[in-house]
Amino acid sequence: MDFQVVVLAGGTSKNLTPLVSKEVPKPLLPVANRPVLYYVLHQLEQSNLKDLIVVVEGKDAALLVGGWISGTFVDRLHVEIAAVPEDIGSAGAIRAISHHLTANDILVVSGDLVSDVPPGAVAANHRRHDAVVTAMLCSVPISGPSESGSSGGKDKTKKPGRYNIIGLDPGKQFLLHIATGAEIEKDTRLQKRILRAVGEMEIRSDLMDAHMYAFKRSVLQEVLDRKDTLQSLKQDVLPYLVRSQLKSEALLNRIPRAEENGNEKVSSQNNQVMVSQILANASTPSFHDLCSVSHDGSAPIRKTHKCCAYIASSSSYCARLNSIQAFMDINRDVTGEADHLLSSISDHNNIVGPSTKLGTKTTVGPHCMLGEGSEMGDKCQVKRSVIGRHCRIGSHVKVVNSVVMNHVTIGDGCIIQGSVICSNVQLQERVVLKDCQVGAGFVVTAGSEYKGESLARKEK
Amino acid sequence: MDPRRSARTVSDPKVRQVGFFTQPPPPDRSISDPPRHHDPIQSSSPSSPPVNDHSPSGNSLSPVMIPPPRHHSDTLLRTALQATSPTTSFPYSARTVTVPQENDDVSSFSPGRRVVSGKSPSSFPGVKASSVPASELTTVSVVNLPPGISVDFSAYKEFGMVRVSLLDEHQLKVSCFIILKTCAMKHLHAEKEKLTAEKSGGAAVEVQNDQLARSKPLKEKTSKAERRALQEAQRAAKAAAKAEGSKAPAAASKVGPSANTKPSKAAKPPSQKNDGSQVAPSEKKGGDRAPEKDRKKDAPHPRMQYDDASRVEKAKKRAVVKQTEARNRVELFRHLPQYEHGTQLPDLETKFFELNPMHPAVYKVGLQYLSGDICGGNARCIAMLQAFKEAIKDYLTPPEKTLIRDLTARISSYVSFLIECRPLSISMGNAIKFLKSQIAKLPLSLSESEAKASLMLDIDRFINEKIILADKVIVKHAVTKIRDGDVLLTYGASSAVEMILLHAHELGKQFRVVVVDSRPKLEGQLLLRRLVRKGLSCTYTHVNAVSCIMHEVTRVFLGASSVLSNGTVYSRVGTACVAMVAHALHVPVLVCCEAYKFHERVQLDSICSNELGNPDAISKVSGREEISYLDGLVNSDNLQLLNLIYDATPSDYVSMVITDYGMLLCLLGLTIVEELTMVKACGGAAHKCARHCERISKRTPMVLDGS
Repeated sequence: MDFQVVVLAGGTSKNLTPLVSKEVPKPLLPVANRPVLYYVLHQLEQSNLKDLIVVVEGKDAALLVGGWISGTFVDRLHVEIAAVPEDIGSAGAIRAISHHLTANDILVVSGDLVSDVPPGAVAANHRRHDAVVTAMLCSVPISGPSESGSSGGKDKTKKPGRYNIIGLDPGKQFLLHIATGAEIEKDTRLQKRILRAVGEMEIRSDLMDAHMYAFKRSVLQEVLDRKDTLQSLKQDVLPYLVRSQLKSEALLNRIPRAEENGNEKVSSQNNQVMVSQILANASTPSFHDLCSVSHDGSAPIRKTHKCCAYIASSSSYCARLNSIQAFMDINRDVTGEADHLLSSISDHNNIVGPSTKLGTKTTVGPHCMLGEGSEMGDKCQVKRSVIGRHCRIGSHVKVVNSVVMNHVTIGDGCIIQGSVICSNVQLQERVVLKDCQVGAGFVVTAGSEYKGESLARKEK
Repeated sequence: MDPRRSARTVSDPKVRQVGFFTQPPPPDRSISDPPRHHDPIQSSSPSSPPVNDHSPSGNSLSPVMIPPPRHHSDTLLRTALQATSPTTSFPYSARTVTVPQENDDVSSFSPGRRVVSGKSPSSFPGVKASSVPASELTTVSVVNLPPGISVDFSAYKEFGMVRVSLLDEHQLKVSCFIILKTCAMKHLHAEKEKLTAEKSGGAAVEVQNDQLARSKPLKEKTSKAERRALQEAQRAAKAAAKAEGSKAPAAASKVGPSANTKPSKAAKPPSQKNDGSQVAPSEKKGGDRAPEKDRKKDAPHPRMQYDDASRVEKAKKRAVVKQTEARNRVELFRHLPQYEHGTQLPDLETKFFELNPMHPAVYKVGLQYLSGDICGGNARCIAMLQAFKEAIKDYLTPPEKTLIRDLTARISSYVSFLIECRPLSISMGNAIKFLKSQIAKLPLSLSESEAKASLMLDIDRFINEKIILADKVIVKHAVTKIRDGDVLLTYGASSAVEMILLHAHELGKQFRVVVVDSRPKLEGQLLLRRLVRKGLSCTYTHVNAVSCIMHEVTRVFLGASSVLSNGTVYSRVGTACVAMVAHALHVPVLVCCEAYKFHERVQLDSICSNELGNPDAISKVSGREEISYLDGLVNSDNLQLLNLIYDATPSDYVSMVITDYGMLLCLLGLTIVEELTMVKACGGAAHKCARHCERISKRTPMVLDGS
């Protein structure tokens, strides 16, 4: 279909420390015992997109990710791994792999997207409108704090930063305004010109940019070449394109088309004009067309380009793993309401690995997941939690709303609530953790109590 | 004035028939009794393979499109016609100047002039040729046929008729109803002959009068079952025609001059109609008799009947686009596809990357059809052709396959995808036919790149010649019909009409435009916007007000989706209504239609073939939430919403059709189609086209002045 797919997998994200580390870069962060990148790749594979470019920040991370992909998707996907330096941003990453891009349109997907929205829908919408960029918008997930109840105040204060202000046209087809994150603290400026052209703008804050974009390659490359300062697709490139949609500097691909016709006869060129006019008259004009045409109805005086929005239906699941809270939410959702994202079959609301050993009177509640090879002692309680592979959990342990990764040892009588416990962590007896993140390899001494803290080993 | 009045009643819409009907046996059959003559030929026809080989209506062309070749009898018939002409009085010609030309016209129909007929006599065994004409000649000569008024086409087994009606002092119209079933199944034949034999014994005229009496109630009573039966019969007949395509000439020769009807009141359509209703059951019986296996073997009917549950199931399995059948469909239109509109687009979008064989350009066009981004016959056709061009550009012949076959299959798969997105328009059908014939005609010696280049050139040529140039020519013709002070009315948004109006404006003509629009598409507003921008003075109204505004209108310009061979104009729904109002108020109706949109199909109503749009579009008024009275009722069982896309305007209401072949006063849709097919057969030679169109325009006088 003449689409190339770029997965921006990222590297070691600062937002997610202490969960991510050199050994576990963000793409490999396990969500319901699968690396988060799996969900994107699986979704793409389902859509029959088998040729992918995965961009990873940092060479080491790229090696790790590459190793995992070739192990998991061997023979199923044809993946090129590109390592880019860290901190060049998503726009920089695209710039770095620009010479690999050849297709007409590029689908850029963030590697931390956990979603069941088919990428094809975005691409088709993009094609249908012949847009320069199409962004997928999804409703902001019904967020963790209220539901999980126990998340720390620290996360709550972070949350407003994720809001977006998005302006749409009445038909909800075109993106008229987008302001993300930090900009909203200040005043938001709307462009009069766009507002005047459209006549009506719907401003929504309940939508979130899911970081799945379809770009017209020529335009994307040109914009990236011309504007060196653009750092991030989401925060710079997309708002730039949206801003300039009525006085496009980018869309130059109309000129080469005219040149192609140059060697033909004048009459045939006239015919071309007539053909395009018939086609243009037949379709319902968007405000772009109306705006670009001067008042006497002659040739276009202004170049415009279309920025479209694809709004995922409210029934579909869509979330980005870009904060610890999101990590918790996604883990909960994937095992719970959005369990169709996991291809494995769950008999009754929870997934318990085949070789898991449960002690007597141990209960595993709904929306739980127990990895294979884990062992649990007697009278344990697991509620709405994910427990990784080969964990050893003692007796009288209570795990609620938490994520426990692989090879974790938990002593008797521990109580873990709303926490993330990374791989190879050792919790000694009677540890009480509430809303904590424990970095990989950390050892929590017996009897200690923590609340809302982030525990990690000091960097060597 | 008497003759004129009688002619008028013929074309009176009240006696217009709906459904499929055939001509009654002529009363004079009793004299010549043709069936007996036919029998030997009929028996011999299957055993005369040479006929198959030589017949011009061979496999390359649909038997429906080209009339079967004439033999001596036809030329004799023509001479007979001419011979009778001096003897019969000229009641009509005395009144209008155009009748002699009409006569000329008629003679053009008479087979002697046909290019195709040149070969045919030789293909016929001499014995039959000599035996048949004698009988036919007698038949013809018995009838006192006023030339130019009504002519028989003996070749059309299913009876044709040409009617002349003097509608107005200034409008003379001939509309020819030719039912192009050149050949039907043999048993059907037998049935009819039995029928005629019975009748020929008795007093035919009384029978006809009877029929006349019965015709009215019959019309009202045509229930779904009956129509269904008719369609069934039609389908069977078509299939048989296909199977026996090459036998058509032979079969045709069996039929005597079947309908030599006088332009008298009694003998006219009413009887036709009644006969149709009589034949229909027999046809149905025939259909039952035909082994079920045979029917399955037959090529599938081009238009699927969507009330046929098993077929719909099968089609659904093949379908790419998810098609949920709408629940509440109007009974009358059950045979047309109607789907839940909300679900299709998202579903197709999700499958974007999964449709591997689909070319992106084709896919995009399909999406645009489905979402309604592109509508309008020309635009859809151009978009499709351009998508095909893209697809051909990127096409690579797979190993061990030949381009001609594989590409044809590829194009077919694209087409079926497009049909799923939205049913094809007739113009698109013609364009596809053209493209496929071009592919089939590619010489094997061409390399792949050459073949592709030639095909792409062909597509460009088609767009340029058949659409763009055609539009230019139409504009040139039509502009001559616009005078200063005119008030022109147009309905909807037709690209051709728009060009005409703009061009006339550029020429400095002073006229006003009334743009009539209708819900739910309101495409007239787009047209209006463009016209007003260019400085035309316009009036905008909705179709509800057309009867009021029509009083000040001097001419009506309409676009068309297609013009069928009986002169029916198939166009955006509402066109018929506008045309009827205009006709009632004696306002000339000019239909602008490119010749590539002509089709040899005959359609008498807008029921059997139509398209259903999204019913939600009419139940909701966009932008006005306060009048959503139907909220919550849409899914109730006793509410059926009908959003028709097209309607059929009978040729009676059309004063003139403007095509790139000239202005056709009387609807010689058939001739155009024939000329086109002949030209196609000759390799699309443009000069030939031009010659034909000259001929056509010469013999079709333009009487539109003084209105």
